[in-house]
Amino acid sequence: MDYSPRAYEYWVTSYRRVWRGSIVTSLVSPVLYLTAMGVGLGKIVNHGAHPLPVPYLDYVAPGLLAAVCMQIGAFESAYPIMSAIRWTRQFHAMLATPLRIRDVVLGHQLYVASRIAVVSAIYLAVIAVFGTIHSFFAIAAWPVAVLLGAAFSAPVVAFAGWLERDEGFNALFRFGIIPMFLFGGAFFPVTQLPHGFREIAYATPLWNAVDLMRHLTLGNPTLWLSLIHVAYLALWAAVGLLLAQRTFTRRLVT
Amino acid sequence: MRGRKALERADSLRTMSAEAPLIHARGLTKKFGELTAVDGIDFDVARGEAFGFLGPNGAGKSSTMRMIGCVSPITDGTLTVLGLDPRRDGAAIRQRLGVVPQLDTLDTELTVRENMIIYGRYFGLSRKEVRARADRLLEFVQLDERAGSRVDPLSGGMKRRLTIARSLVNEPELLLLDEPTTGLDPQARHAVWDRLFRLKRQGVTLVLTTHYMDEAEQLCDRLVIMDRGTIAEEGSPLELIQRLSTREVVELRFPDDVPEVEVSVFNGQVARMETLPDRLLLYTDDGDALVPVAHERLHPQSVLVRRSTLEDVFLRLTGRTLVD
Repeated sequence: MDYSPRAYEYWVTSYRRVWRGSIVTSLVSPVLYLTAMGVGLGKIVNHGAHPLPVPYLDYVAPGLLAAVCMQIGAFESAYPIMSAIRWTRQFHAMLATPLRIRDVVLGHQLYVASRIAVVSAIYLAVIAVFGTIHSFFAIAAWPVAVLLGAAFSAPVVAFAGWLERDEGFNALFRFGIIPMFLFGGAFFPVTQLPHGFREIAYATPLWNAVDLMRHLTLGNPTLWLSLIHVAYLALWAAVGLLLAQRTFTRRLVT
Repeated sequence: MRGRKALERADSLRTMSAEAPLIHARGLTKKFGELTAVDGIDFDVARGEAFGFLGPNGAGKSSTMRMIGCVSPITDGTLTVLGLDPRRDGAAIRQRLGVVPQLDTLDTELTVRENMIIYGRYFGLSRKEVRARADRLLEFVQLDERAGSRVDPLSGGMKRRLTIARSLVNEPELLLLDEPTTGLDPQARHAVWDRLFRLKRQGVTLVLTTHYMDEAEQLCDRLVIMDRGTIAEEGSPLELIQRLSTREVVELRFPDDVPEVEVSVFNGQVARMETLPDRLLLYTDDGDALVPVAHERLHPQSVLVRRSTLEDVFLRLTGRTLVD
């Protein structure tokens, strides 16, 4: 029996308190970002010796989509998980019922997946309105967004289960999420980075998602590269889940 | 010796009720690394019983409860709960348990009713069913008027009652209560006890831990006193008092230092004596007869004759040293 939908329901109930503000943010922030980055900044960049083959707005839109999914995946898996372990202790409540560790972990993953499914759908609609989608392949960016969410969420969940105190999240965001946001290929090609850093960027799940989504919205994906990207993101999600199972067991079943 | 007698008693109890015990533990052990929290204890809990684990902090009560609740794997020994093995059938056992944990696990941002509903859904109850049960149970713990309120501003006693209501949502056969009234004011404690009495009358098997002697005396048919991971004594509250203390206690209060006396000055009227900083406790079977003698010999400031309580048993067994 899989009891994860029961754990999922907790997160949905909890989210219902804030959903209005959350949906408005999901709608307003892509508009603001695209206007500032794509329309404003985009007008003055992309004129150098090596201009991008597409308008900057079209280039940056899928990057922003990926970056936002990364942020939600990581954020929803940091403090809320630590809270459910230590503050509301809701995981302890769940584990006193028929739910098991894997139900607890998967129930939260379902929640993150549906959060990102909603946000990325809104985002895709907004960037379509901005005229940056050039192909029906863009539909595939939607499940990729959900997979990207899991590639970030699952490892962060594992990390949250392992952490003793929430200060560790500052390090995660400062040295992990924010650098990836800035240098992971969302805003400019990672080929601009010096050697060494470029290879690090290639190894990040964000770059893999950005590159895949960009090819999908611009309408020029290649099968083998797309599969590699998908497999790589799935690997992050799978390893994250395995680690989460372990850190949760050590933390909650003592 | 006494342990074996207790087991024989439990065995005969089982024969009488012709039913296997709801909880059966032999040599039950829990280790955390080097630390042995529970050190090979034996006990049985029969259906319909109210069974208590009494003991100072760190005696192993909560660890035992967590093993029964199938959230903590046993290190050694055997444990069956509802006839099932927690190692294999944890989820199936938990489906039939109610748990009131030592620390509340309510989501304080959600409402009283939302907390009930979410918890009921963990057991796979339908939405309709869980709503009906939530209403009924909130009424039972007198929280129906706060059903729509957030949990955060509720008092400690209300939160505790909500946790109890929540633990009943799956109509459990066995209710585990880990220090159900610790930290509550007297009114709130009595409100909780009242609800637990009613459950007991309805035939719910209660297993609770406490370090309040009055709570154990009020609620438990049978209890074990735990100390440093082992069971020191086992019996009904009355049996324990009779066996391990005298009928009455005479408390003599002194304005300054407690005078030093030998038990022998009371001519065999005093079974045992205990000296506290400002008081002398005389354990006797006839307090009133002792009062004139005590007045004459010791000139106390005040004299109080009281019934012996489980607290006297408990302190005798586990000592007066503060345990952290």
